[in-house]
Amino acid sequence: MATDAPPPEGRSDTSPAQPTTEAFNAVQASAEFADLRRSFRSFAFPLTIAFVTWYLLYVLLCNYAGGFMSTKVVGNINMALVLGLAQFATTFLIAVLYSRHAASKLDPKAEAIKSRMEADV
Amino acid sequence: MSAAHTLYPAVQLAATEGASEHRPLIITLFAAFVVATLFITVWAGRQTKSASDFYAGGRQFTGFQNGLAVSGDYMSAASFLGIAGAIALFGYDGFLYSIGFLVAWLVALLLVAEPLRNSGRYTMGDVLAYRMRQRPVRTAAGTSTIVVSIFYLLAQMAGAGVLVSLLLGITSDFGKIVIVALVGVLMILYVTIGGMKGTTWVQMVKAVLLIAGTLLITFLILLKFNFNISDLLGTAASNSGKGAAFLEPGLKYGATGVSKLDFISLGIALVLGTAGLPHILIRFYTVPTAKAARKSVNWAIGIIGAFYLMTIVLGFGAAAILKPGDIIASNKAGNTAAPLAALEIGGGSGSTGGAILLAVISAVAFATILAVVAGLTLASSSSFAHDIYANVIRKGKATEKEEVRAARWATVAIGIVSIALGALARDLNVAGLVALAFAVAASANLPTILYSLFWKRFTTQGALWSIYGGLSSSVLLVLFSPVVSSKPTSMFPSVDFAWFPLENPGLISIPLGFLLGWLGSVIGKEKPDTDKYAELEVKSLTGTGAH
Repeated sequence: MATDAPPPEGRSDTSPAQPTTEAFNAVQASAEFADLRRSFRSFAFPLTIAFVTWYLLYVLLCNYAGGFMSTKVVGNINMALVLGLAQFATTFLIAVLYSRHAASKLDPKAEAIKSRMEADV
Repeated sequence: MSAAHTLYPAVQLAATEGASEHRPLIITLFAAFVVATLFITVWAGRQTKSASDFYAGGRQFTGFQNGLAVSGDYMSAASFLGIAGAIALFGYDGFLYSIGFLVAWLVALLLVAEPLRNSGRYTMGDVLAYRMRQRPVRTAAGTSTIVVSIFYLLAQMAGAGVLVSLLLGITSDFGKIVIVALVGVLMILYVTIGGMKGTTWVQMVKAVLLIAGTLLITFLILLKFNFNISDLLGTAASNSGKGAAFLEPGLKYGATGVSKLDFISLGIALVLGTAGLPHILIRFYTVPTAKAARKSVNWAIGIIGAFYLMTIVLGFGAAAILKPGDIIASNKAGNTAAPLAALEIGGGSGSTGGAILLAVISAVAFATILAVVAGLTLASSSSFAHDIYANVIRKGKATEKEEVRAARWATVAIGIVSIALGALARDLNVAGLVALAFAVAASANLPTILYSLFWKRFTTQGALWSIYGGLSSSVLLVLFSPVVSSKPTSMFPSVDFAWFPLENPGLISIPLGFLLGWLGSVIGKEKPDTDKYAELEVKSLTGTGAH
């Protein structure tokens, strides 16, 4: 098995120190947080709409474009199978794209806000 | 007892005879898995001291470990038995399950996993109720968690019943009850003793076994066709008796305008359901940070994607090497196609190789069912204890000890309920049953999760309308659908109260859930709690003050 590390020792889950309501409101209204929110939303929301649309297009093609989907591509492999496999490919691709975006654009900004807020508590 | 078993006993017997010579082997494999997992459970149980250990495994699993466990939790009997069966019977149309089940992970990755990890503690209800009045929204979240999990449990128990009749040749209900009861008792033990820690390790072991078993059968099937996929597909098409149509969409869902709508409904439910499944969502609490949660999802997408690619070979392979009549004769919904294919590829019934492969694959399927059932039970008992008992009944005044004790008792109760349900869903395709759980999750949970995280004006009334509206519409539509009555494959085939024509309610109930969440928020005098939203939004995006 690949996961042979022993599970961690039990620890108790006391509530971490929480910033005040005022602090949360102030951060939410700050330009820095607005920038983080924009970096997240402007990437994740359009991409979500894109992959849901692409997936629904595939479902609709299956339903209403039988002729097109039954076109043979190679041997017995038809358009329906190719497009189905393309859904797999785009899923892997989007996961990679998002993770790279998150690591480069979101994590540093989030980390900066978090460490400052927790230092102030 | 289904008509199929009495009408076509030949296949049943063939498989059973193949198995019966090697019954000691089958029982040994089953027993080995049970002993190993119980050992893990007891060992994990010794380290389970706090509520955080019980609910969230101490939050110290790595992204990879949790990714493996998420895969284990997700690849249920539906994926293994159900999809292979659906493809073996209906060809290409069964493939939609594989695609939908996978693409759905992007919703979890992009919108849900990280914010949920940052802002919740133990349950889905933590996030749903964050900005809202606690008691009503916690009650709603707990209710929908339990309903979704029970739908899902029903599918797993149907899978368990199928395996028993195939392997032990028991056509009496007694044997089935014994096995279903055994599954129930084991899951109670896993969860009450091992908590999230034990359950997570069981999921990991199971994921490795399932991938290994599937790889083996996939390899052997491909070997038989010299790794020529086109050849495999061609043989499946001609052997199915349906020709090229078997490789094209429409065999199951293309007949009428209504069945085409059913296909769309299923498609939507699959892609939107995953990110609303409580037993999947609580897995993200087992890692220390949102980054680790992201890593878990990425591992899960890789593992699950590879597995679903293999289901294509498994399903079409079963269609290529088995007689189509045999698949239906063994189980009307095709649930036994994968084990039968294993028997055939190993040399056929009566051969040692066939019997060994059948035993291995059945043991893997059994492990799969046990692990998923444990995950579902943990999700529902956690939600009962944390959302309903601690926060509603005791109004937040219960101690950690009392809360965990309540969770353990809830586990016993849910175990008993699922044993009782185990008898119901015999001839339904288990993938179809799971798709119902997805529809309920997408209708009742997903709208509230998304609105809570991203929409400033969302209110308690909106959350309640959305959860209860999505929940009741999806459940009622299933109740009055052909899944429950009117068709030979229904739960109650001899009566007909199915006025709703679609088998999957998602097309109606999911938009309704979203609509009600919006409507409930914009009408009425309630002001959204902006302080709490500031807290949730900052927390969910930055991880400040996360548990």
